[in-house]
Amino acid sequence: MAVKVIERKPLSWAERTYLPQILSGLRITFRNMFKPKVTVEYPEERPPIPVGYRGVPTLVRDPEGREKCVSCQLCEFVCPPKAIRITPGEIPEESQYAHVEKAPKEFEIDMLRCIYCGLCQEVCPEEAIFLQNTYSVTGTSRAEFVNNKQKLYEIGGTLPDKHFKWEKKRRAAEHGNAH
Amino acid sequence: MDVVDLLIRFGLGLLVISLVMGVCMYSVLAERKVSSWIQGRVGPNRTTVPLIGAIPILGPFLTRLGIFQPLADGGKFLFKEDVVPAHVHKFYYVLAPIIAFIPALVTISVVPFGQYVDAATGTVKTLILANVDVGILLVFAVASLGVYSIIIAGWASNSKYPFLGGIRASAQMISYELAMTLSVVPVFMWVNAPGTEGTLSLVRVVDAQADWWFVLTQPVAAVVFLIALFAETNRLPFDMPESETDLVSGYHTEYSSFKFGFFFVGEYANMTVGACVTALVFFGGWHPLPFVTWADLAAWTGQAWMTTGVVGALLSIGTFVLKAFFFLFFFIWVRWTVPRFRYDQVMRIGWKGLLPVAIANLIAYALIIAAWDRWVS
Repeated sequence: MAVKVIERKPLSWAERTYLPQILSGLRITFRNMFKPKVTVEYPEERPPIPVGYRGVPTLVRDPEGREKCVSCQLCEFVCPPKAIRITPGEIPEESQYAHVEKAPKEFEIDMLRCIYCGLCQEVCPEEAIFLQNTYSVTGTSRAEFVNNKQKLYEIGGTLPDKHFKWEKKRRAAEHGNAH
Repeated sequence: MDVVDLLIRFGLGLLVISLVMGVCMYSVLAERKVSSWIQGRVGPNRTTVPLIGAIPILGPFLTRLGIFQPLADGGKFLFKEDVVPAHVHKFYYVLAPIIAFIPALVTISVVPFGQYVDAATGTVKTLILANVDVGILLVFAVASLGVYSIIIAGWASNSKYPFLGGIRASAQMISYELAMTLSVVPVFMWVNAPGTEGTLSLVRVVDAQADWWFVLTQPVAAVVFLIALFAETNRLPFDMPESETDLVSGYHTEYSSFKFGFFFVGEYANMTVGACVTALVFFGGWHPLPFVTWADLAAWTGQAWMTTGVVGALLSIGTFVLKAFFFLFFFIWVRWTVPRFRYDQVMRIGWKGLLPVAIANLIAYALIIAAWDRWVS
């Protein structure tokens, strides 16, 4: 590769007095004063959240309102800081979703441990856990930072789901060809 | 001088001091606002007070402007814990902020604010606390006392960063004082033309600028003076005594609460006086435009009220204050434009740059003025 040596020009007399440079600098800073401000006035104004943002992890329901989590505990195992704790439970026989068999009895995510890595969302076979837009988590005690199941569903809400996996399973079971 | 006269003077003094303090408070706000505008931010816009803040449109507008912020800042200084570290020399430690504060306020006494024609007697009256003949000399003499506050603060704090800050400050201020004083000498050589009564008064300097402002006839002196003024008031790019990045906070590292507030306000009072003196000596004081005075305007338009009485006084004060405010703004503007010089660069600029230029300027103008007096006038 050819090396091109560029000669460094000695400063001219005007440059050595600094003054012309300072004047052009003053012009730049003066123009900056009238440019639109780049800051967001936070509590009133919120920044736009980009698609794919990893905010607070939440549990979601499917469009029927059924809880999607089947308490497989994959997220609990994959979670690097061990922020997730799941107590698995059975779905009672009389429930219309009894064929799913398992649901979490308790599902806790400790937001003081969570590192927002999104591995839980990635690993979930049921698409039941999602990192959503909430980014501002506040509280006055440690206990307040532990999101329990009810809270997780509250902030998670319902997400559109095209698969209806367990619904298909139920229909298949009713028609006698489970697998 | 009877008692009433004395009381009037006392009251005027109080008025001027409280006005200067007000300007100081709001130049702190201006500093924060202009800084944030230059950096693309909004600046303080939340602080509000109960009654005024509740007025429908005006209240939120003033709050957005940050008008009440200085109250909060001042209150904070008042009520913070005043820590006196165990290792300081108590007497000098307390003395330093007082010395920082007083000279800054003393110098304002010889700064004229405007002129008006007294309609009853037809004489020109100057609005000034003390119309003394040694005006500019008093400003330089008293303002240079301010360096003691920094040296004493640096030494009495008895720890390394304030000490280094104090040493740097003393070297810097003494170096730049030379260039500063020499740069205004040609101005006063011109003012003291042969046949006139000799004077160093700031009022006479402004009178001499009815046609040509000195920034037009002596631009080099004006530039040298302005640069030296930045160094004298410890403003960026010459904030050696403070240098937050390398000396923590320089000479006031060990100060807290109101003692720090004194340094802070003292610095801004110095800036205010500096801006006033620049406007007076080089930028025509209360004359609105070069070659145009309020008296000229009144003569052309035939409106005598422009120079007489309260309106005349307000017009000339307004012109002067506008100029002074521009220089206060200029201080802030430069702060966010030019990065700080290194200590050795400060010394090099002072001794090898400004001082020779000031001396050359002095000699050149001495010859020019001598020639002018001999052959032209």
